[in-house]
Amino acid sequence: MNGVHDMGGMQNMGPVIIEDREPVFHAAWEKRVFAARLACAWHRRWNIDINRHAIERMPPADYVAATYYEKVLFGLETLLVEEGLVTAQELASGRAEAKAAVKDVLGVDGIETLLCNRIRARRGDNVAPRFGTGDAVVARNIHPAGHTRLPRYARGRRGVIARDFGVYVFPDSSAMTRDPKPQHLYSVRFAARELWGPGAAVGDSVCVNLWDDHLDPA
Amino acid sequence: MSDHHHDHHHDDAEREHERPLSGPALRVKALESLLTEKGLIDPKTLDAIVETFETRVGPRNGARVVARAWTDPAYRQRLLTDSRAAIAEFGFYGYGEDMVVVENTPKVRNLIVCTLCSCYPWSVLGLPPVWYKSAPYRSRAVIDPRGVLKELGETVPDDVEVRIWDSTAELRYMVLPERPPETAGWSEEKLAEIVTRDAMIGVARVTVPGSRR
Repeated sequence: MNGVHDMGGMQNMGPVIIEDREPVFHAAWEKRVFAARLACAWHRRWNIDINRHAIERMPPADYVAATYYEKVLFGLETLLVEEGLVTAQELASGRAEAKAAVKDVLGVDGIETLLCNRIRARRGDNVAPRFGTGDAVVARNIHPAGHTRLPRYARGRRGVIARDFGVYVFPDSSAMTRDPKPQHLYSVRFAARELWGPGAAVGDSVCVNLWDDHLDPA
Repeated sequence: MSDHHHDHHHDDAEREHERPLSGPALRVKALESLLTEKGLIDPKTLDAIVETFETRVGPRNGARVVARAWTDPAYRQRLLTDSRAAIAEFGFYGYGEDMVVVENTPKVRNLIVCTLCSCYPWSVLGLPPVWYKSAPYRSRAVIDPRGVLKELGETVPDDVEVRIWDSTAELRYMVLPERPPETAGWSEEKLAEIVTRDAMIGVARVTVPGSRR
């Protein structure tokens, strides 16, 4: 989706300001919504890609204005209703009409398991790579209306396969149809000048993780 | 608070709530109580998750990895070739990420960003700082990395390559910064103390406090 979340290369966003001695959270509600999202993920009604896409669907003006944890809250409320864990009526009233049909709830002893979930994106499937290290590739000029991990700034640009990381879940399909469509994930190295033109420094580069379905031979 | 029983207590949250609540704070409070009533979450687990991210996961983990790589050449090699396995040697709590560690050298400066959201190596650096998740950093790191670094006090010479890593996958990056030359002979523990979060993201160098380098 060509949304405002796809920020790479946008200008006029202002300076990067690093807060000195920044706390992990800035308010109590940030802690609660962060933890609630993890605890709700335990029910496996959505995956991480669906979760990202929910946040991307925030209205663009809201997305730009929102803090990170406001986006987390928006994404969680959206998914709870869409995936049927909470009704829109319950969310509006704040009162439960019935218990949710879930088999259990995340306990303290399940936290570590939950935090290890991310490694599940790496798969053992025997899928042949379409490219080898050193191959010249071009990122597809595609504009899917749904979720994609191919940033706009790389589309149509030529790069080189720097590394093959093996077979991973393909987020673009995983978010939209839950099809993991396992395929090779690469680090594709683009010269900064290929992406940004003559204003970029000659030797600089941007390495982007892209999947087989994002690439064609150059 | 002790004259009646709650099913659950969140002492710091309740103290916070003595002040008027802002919009998201009210919404989150309502949501947490709804989710609890629905049987979807246990507030005690939420307390434990928060405690985990405030105390057990964070950049001190990454600093230990860096310090070992600086003092043990065989470890450094393992870290650069199979980052996940080398980091797993530390047995960090909740370590479940595929990782790639990229090494700064006199000729290459690495910088990590996630332009599409805010992917970050939780298990070695904890939760990302606000600036990392902000529009200015996400938008500018790929198109104007030298400008961002300069603003943050780091002028990169023309003959040094700036290499950006845009984290778009469930595979996260960490920078292995350059070891300051004046730390020769330092122990791993002492080295770990000077390794900062920002150096492991790539926006800063590791410096020795008090040194004028």
